[in-house]
Amino acid sequence: MKSGLIKGFLAAAAFLSISVSLFAHHGNAAYDSRSVTVKGVVTAWEWKNPHTFLKFDAKDEQGNVTHWLGEWNAPSTLINFGITAKSFKAGEEVTVTMNGMSKTGQPVGRVTKVILPDGQELSMGSER
Amino acid sequence: MSKRLVATAIVLGVLVFSPLTRAQTTEKRESGKNIHRDGWDRIVPNPPADQQAGPAPVRDITGIWEPTPGYRDGVFATGPRNYPSDTKPEHELPFTPLGLKTWKEHKPGFGTTAVPIAENNDPFDICDPIGFPRLELFNLRAIQVFQTKGQVAIIYQNDQVWRNIWMDGRELPKEILEPRWYGYSVGKWTDDYTFVAETVGLDERTWIDNVGRPHSDELKVTETWHRVNHDIMEFTMTIEDPKMYTKPWSPLTKFRMRLQPEWFDIREMICSASEAQDYNKTVAEEAVAEKNAQKKAQPSK
Repeated sequence: MKSGLIKGFLAAAAFLSISVSLFAHHGNAAYDSRSVTVKGVVTAWEWKNPHTFLKFDAKDEQGNVTHWLGEWNAPSTLINFGITAKSFKAGEEVTVTMNGMSKTGQPVGRVTKVILPDGQELSMGSER
Repeated sequence: MSKRLVATAIVLGVLVFSPLTRAQTTEKRESGKNIHRDGWDRIVPNPPADQQAGPAPVRDITGIWEPTPGYRDGVFATGPRNYPSDTKPEHELPFTPLGLKTWKEHKPGFGTTAVPIAENNDPFDICDPIGFPRLELFNLRAIQVFQTKGQVAIIYQNDQVWRNIWMDGRELPKEILEPRWYGYSVGKWTDDYTFVAETVGLDERTWIDNVGRPHSDELKVTETWHRVNHDIMEFTMTIEDPKMYTKPWSPLTKFRMRLQPEWFDIREMICSASEAQDYNKTVAEEAVAEKNAQKKAQPSK
């Protein structure tokens, strides 16, 4: 019981410590806690500091195109999770999960997972 | 037979844990797992949990060090470990009235006083030098320490800068003619395993940490680097600034750093002004849109 409690506390502490490290040093006040998954075609993968951007276009049933902007962690962090400057190519169809959407209602979110055309999943696991 | 088994196990063990073997380890790049890589994309080994570290060498903190147990433990986006910016009373700093006023004028991206990026006035967001001590209180990553007879020099992954801590007997400057982003530092060994550095003359434009804690021209920073054993060093910092704080405070106490293999290549981590400009423009446009949306939602008076 006691060790369960300690494990729970450690897990919570670990989660808190990794979640606050997200998107340093720029703020994260612009995002809420909504989660969205969108299928689209990559238009650009910007491997830049302080954070990377995955740009992709999604089409609805009527053929209207939405230009999405997905913000992800810094290159120096992503590289440790198997995500590199060469992970995405323009024209590829990807499925992007974003946790934290722009409060403006614009199609902007914080990327947490991307599925490539071959089914490979790119993510930072449980870390942020 | 058992002797042969033991010998084989020893040889295998040496091969597995040898820095050379590990440096050359190639592992399939697998996403979702945190597999730490150095700047040359080589996998950095995690030390075995039961590894017994040898004794620390005398008066020697040279080498490449990273925060431990997690190499990202020194990010401190919401303020340093002892004083994160939150609502807990124990994390309130002993501000003077001027300190509190100056802190409120600072508009950081994190902590209780965080603002949207368009309203942010963090000097590091436009790639001004990160300055000292923020260099060690936000994004403390890998460092490499060099020693000569007259100084300890530290190079930092963070913003790719270095500092010289003089130990040739000189004293801290009595009068600061030219404040510096990284100040003026002197150091000394207080025992065979503890190096203490003092720094003054710091540029007032810099923030102490990532949540905008301020400092004045009277800031004095004391760093204590204590080598616990061969592999581990503990880092403590104390802030004294009578204009901004009524008493000294320690943002970090015994923060642990681990010695890395000699082949460890420190990754580039530079604030590029053009990339920052691009980033701020992209995200700030969102923030402006947000403000406009809020204005629309408010009924006119």
